[in-house]
Amino acid sequence: MPDHDRKQDGLNKAERSTERHPQRQAKFSTSSGLEVKPLYTPEDGIESEAEYEQKLGYPGEYPYTRGVQPTMYRGRLWTMRQYAGFGSAEETNERFRFLLAQGQTGLSVAFDLPTQIGYDSDDLMAAGEVGKVGVAIDSLEDMEALLAGIPLDRVSTSMTINASAIVLLAMYIVAAEKQGISANQLSGTIQNDILKEYVARGTYIYPPKPSMRLITDIFAYCSKKVPNWNTISISGYHIREAGSTAVQEIAFTLSNAIAYVTAALEQGLAIDQFAPRLSFFFNAHNHFFEEIAKFRAARRIWSHVMRERFGAKDPKSLALRFHTQTAGSTLTAQQPDNNIVRVALQALMAVLGGTQSLHTNGRDEALALPTEESARIALRTQQIIAYESGAADAIDPLGGSYYIEALTDEIERAAREYMDQIDQLGGAVEAIEQGFMQREIHAAAYEEQRAIEAGRRIVVGVNKFQLENEPTPHLMRLNPKLGEIQTVKLARLRAARDQSAVDAVLQQLEQAAQGTENMMPYILDAVRAYATLGEICNTLRGVFGEYRPSNF
Amino acid sequence: MQQELAGQKIRVLIAKPGLDGHDRGALIIAQGLRDAGMEVIYTGLRQSPQQIVAAAIQEDVACIGLSSLSGAHMALFPEVVRLLRAEGIDDIFVIGGGIIPQDDIQALKEAGVEELFTPGTPMSDIADYIKRKVGSPIE
Repeated sequence: MPDHDRKQDGLNKAERSTERHPQRQAKFSTSSGLEVKPLYTPEDGIESEAEYEQKLGYPGEYPYTRGVQPTMYRGRLWTMRQYAGFGSAEETNERFRFLLAQGQTGLSVAFDLPTQIGYDSDDLMAAGEVGKVGVAIDSLEDMEALLAGIPLDRVSTSMTINASAIVLLAMYIVAAEKQGISANQLSGTIQNDILKEYVARGTYIYPPKPSMRLITDIFAYCSKKVPNWNTISISGYHIREAGSTAVQEIAFTLSNAIAYVTAALEQGLAIDQFAPRLSFFFNAHNHFFEEIAKFRAARRIWSHVMRERFGAKDPKSLALRFHTQTAGSTLTAQQPDNNIVRVALQALMAVLGGTQSLHTNGRDEALALPTEESARIALRTQQIIAYESGAADAIDPLGGSYYIEALTDEIERAAREYMDQIDQLGGAVEAIEQGFMQREIHAAAYEEQRAIEAGRRIVVGVNKFQLENEPTPHLMRLNPKLGEIQTVKLARLRAARDQSAVDAVLQQLEQAAQGTENMMPYILDAVRAYATLGEICNTLRGVFGEYRPSNF
Repeated sequence: MQQELAGQKIRVLIAKPGLDGHDRGALIIAQGLRDAGMEVIYTGLRQSPQQIVAAAIQEDVACIGLSSLSGAHMALFPEVVRLLRAEGIDDIFVIGGGIIPQDDIQALKEAGVEELFTPGTPMSDIADYIKRKVGSPIE
């Protein structure tokens, strides 16, 4: 049989539906609605040396499809970075030391909602929320307790903080200073991505314009004084958690990134001065191959955007580095141990997709914060992938797979379409103010919910394979008195500090906010004087106002 | 309920108390209840119990659905019930959803929250529950 006929014959056989073995579904598709063919062949993949050079290249080289470093995990494994934080600074400090002792290689701080939204623990708005989803930090005093005994010159710290990022970063810098470590020795990341807060996560304070100024002030300050700090982690994670598809996740994230770059350029920064410190944060969700292709496509698109649209030259500006967290929204409250398996698969996708750091979720996180045992299993999952599976031994091991390459191309094409649409709306800030991203995400989330309820999408243990009587798992309980404890601490602090010094620095901050100067030095002064987070953020609220979303 | 007797749509307030920003569930339920024929008002994020109760009265709803995924439910859900009672209102019932551990469900019911719906609950179960409570026929 000639080659052509053999191929057609193979495709026909793969597609054939017989009476005994009909296809399980009329059509197979990914989360983004991209059609999955029964069989992929060489013409779906990389067909020539020229196509290889153009689409893939080599790891550590433009367009970075295969990874951002030449040696990837053969040189150094990804950073195992478990997000943790709850209750008081002292309790979280204890969990950090436990995680470091277990072989974790970087810290990741979760802050409670009042801290994220710039309220002190004794503010009326903080009622019921103090210490719940993360640690409560009211002043430099709490930050010092959080970091006690942790070698900040050797441990890198990631902080999930956005609207109030400038204050928490200032507290971190001053706490390190007090340990005798200077700012240029510090390494870490602040999330600092306000746009996705308006879109999906909800911890905004100020309107977009002053928020973008705070962000570019941080870029400018850190490029000089804290050179190893990742000044932003542009996040698709929460967009995905809010219900987006994989394609929307990277399209909206990269469009947001373009908005930050544009804002920084408008402030007069040079592209290669700040772009090397931009980092990203993605979700590892359920569709194994789509997720791996998504990470590869995101790298390729970003390198094109940076080089062709913004004229970046520094290779570090072109390479998209990212953190990954496994998808919290895929965890089920039902039969929670099954989540260990979901997390392991998702973690493997992140590794096969070339992540720089990874958080694996605890099995019980659809019910509560993880217990210490759950947190350990989550970390062990990464260690098993790293040390036992061999998945980290060859670079981009799925590169060249007909299926993966076809999906990478498809995702790139579909994401580009969205990004063009957002450009036509006037960019990400406009698109968000018009509710475009929010509506697209909600439509996808609602469609997925309907698919689950109709049984078109199976969630094991939820709409199929349920258990009649589920045992109640042992869950993490938090100290409900923490709000009161923090209130007492705050009262003590306010009585002990030099109030006239606090008043003076807050007044200077107010003036700086009204002008156009970089605000970082003023916030550092306020933090040093033990002005509280709430006092600093309220000063800025007075100047900038607060963001009030329309409901879309 | 009077609004049912008049053949009007059941009115529901979906509310996000506290500082939690996770509104995927609240938005889905809001749309699901609309598709089930109800009139749904969504408060948006960061509502205090006082604001929620005021909105419920203003909008003349039969049901308040509270959603919280941040662990603040034990402080905020009972407060909404308490404020309703303090206003002397007995024709609005409160339900809740989100990340609510089993142990807390009984305590919330004792505090006057009528029912709690945890992750994995079909939208139609919630719609049917509300219709039953207001004495409306279930299709």
